Amino acid sequence: MDGIDRREFIKLAGFGGLVFASGLPGCAHLAGPGGGDFHFLQLSDLHWGYNIASVNPDFAGTLPKAIAAVNSLDQKPDFVVFTGDLTQTTDDPKLRRARMQQVREMTSKLNVPKVWYFAGEHDAALDRGEAYQETFGETLRYTFDHKGIHFIVLDNTSDPAPILGEKQLEWLRADLAKLSRDQPIVVLTHRPLFSMYPQWDWATRDGQAAIDLLMPFPNVTVFYGHVHHENHHRTSHIAHHSALSLMFPLAPVGTVEKKTQVPWNAAAPYKGLGYRDVGAGPRREATPLEIPVKA
Amino acid sequence: MERRHFLRASVGFACCAAGVEVVALAAPRRIAVEARKFQFTPSEITVRKGETVTFVLTSVDFPHGFSLPDFGVRKDLIPGMVLEVTITPANAGRFHYLCDNFCGDGHDRMSGILVVA
Ligand SMILES: [Cu+2]
Ligand SMILES: [Fe+2]
Repeated sequence: MDGIDRREFIKLAGFGGLVFASGLPGCAHLAGPGGGDFHFLQLSDLHWGYNIASVNPDFAGTLPKAIAAVNSLDQKPDFVVFTGDLTQTTDDPKLRRARMQQVREMTSKLNVPKVWYFAGEHDAALDRGEAYQETFGETLRYTFDHKGIHFIVLDNTSDPAPILGEKQLEWLRADLAKLSRDQPIVVLTHRPLFSMYPQWDWATRDGQAAIDLLMPFPNVTVFYGHVHHENHHRTSHIAHHSALSLMFPLAPVGTVEKKTQVPWNAAAPYKGLGYRDVGAGPRREATPLEIPVKA
Repeated sequence: MERRHFLRASVGFACCAAGVEVVALAAPRRIAVEARKFQFTPSEITVRKGETVTFVLTSVDFPHGFSLPDFGVRKDLIPGMVLEVTITPANAGRFHYLCDNFCGDGHDRMSGILVVA
């Protein structure tokens, strides 16, 4: 199934309306019979607890809407991954835990075989991930394998610095040492690993060190969040795709001087909010397709 | 020329046969910048192109970061310590400085603008 077919399919599957492809090369396969290909969903930057109505008057309803849309998919994803900033940060540790608990309850309604989580700086930077690990029971970094792809979750948020740190880089080096060079790899992380725009804190200080470790592998794709808008970038052959938020969009670099939350547009409600469907398989590059939240 | 940024000072020994001339650095303008949750004071700094300035950096309440990426500057501001950073902006423009250590619920707006005119 090519990209067009897939867009058509998603329309039929109940998203309706506008679905746009990212315009990247590579086709977007769905799970096909015998092909071993599959798809998963990336949901990012929920910022649960955020409540600025001029930016998102439906701050309490956007995430449930997305969950309902996912549950109405005919072609179920193999899994959903939440790529950080599950909650809006708070200096109050009790409120932080309450917000995480609410996210956990809401996302438990996802009717998919598996849900993966990891933290963003809003979740983890003020307590080094303590509340996050309590609530979600996940470690801050981990790997898993799925249908021929090796997934690596990197933590660049639980240190307020924000860094991956020597220990984690060592862990990554050891993990990669076990793989053959042709192993397809998908990296999931919250902040961009490349220096996207440190002027707005859109970077990981030692992210280049991770990219360097990944360089010998010809098939690596990175999916991340944090910047709340779609961006596609390559460092050499490695593709980096940022995801939309499910709470508030941020304006891209070059459109405004200061980092800016894009105000709500009544003429185009939910504009800039959405999630992502990723077609993946062991013999091709993992390819994103952005799905807007529908009014 | 670099030398334009220097003050020439004569050693003051008129009899010095060697005629040694000491070139002393002009004292750069010092600009105090204080970090606290969740702002820098001042949040806008204006300097002249080619002017050498020293930022005298302090933090009140958290190891805030001071990052001025366009000048390759980043420091951790430990409360109780004073750090100095000296730059000589070569180009006019508006440049961001920001706290890049996650410091709390106002962290995302803790930034300022260096105006080089
Ligand atoms: Cu973030
Ligand atoms: Fe975020």
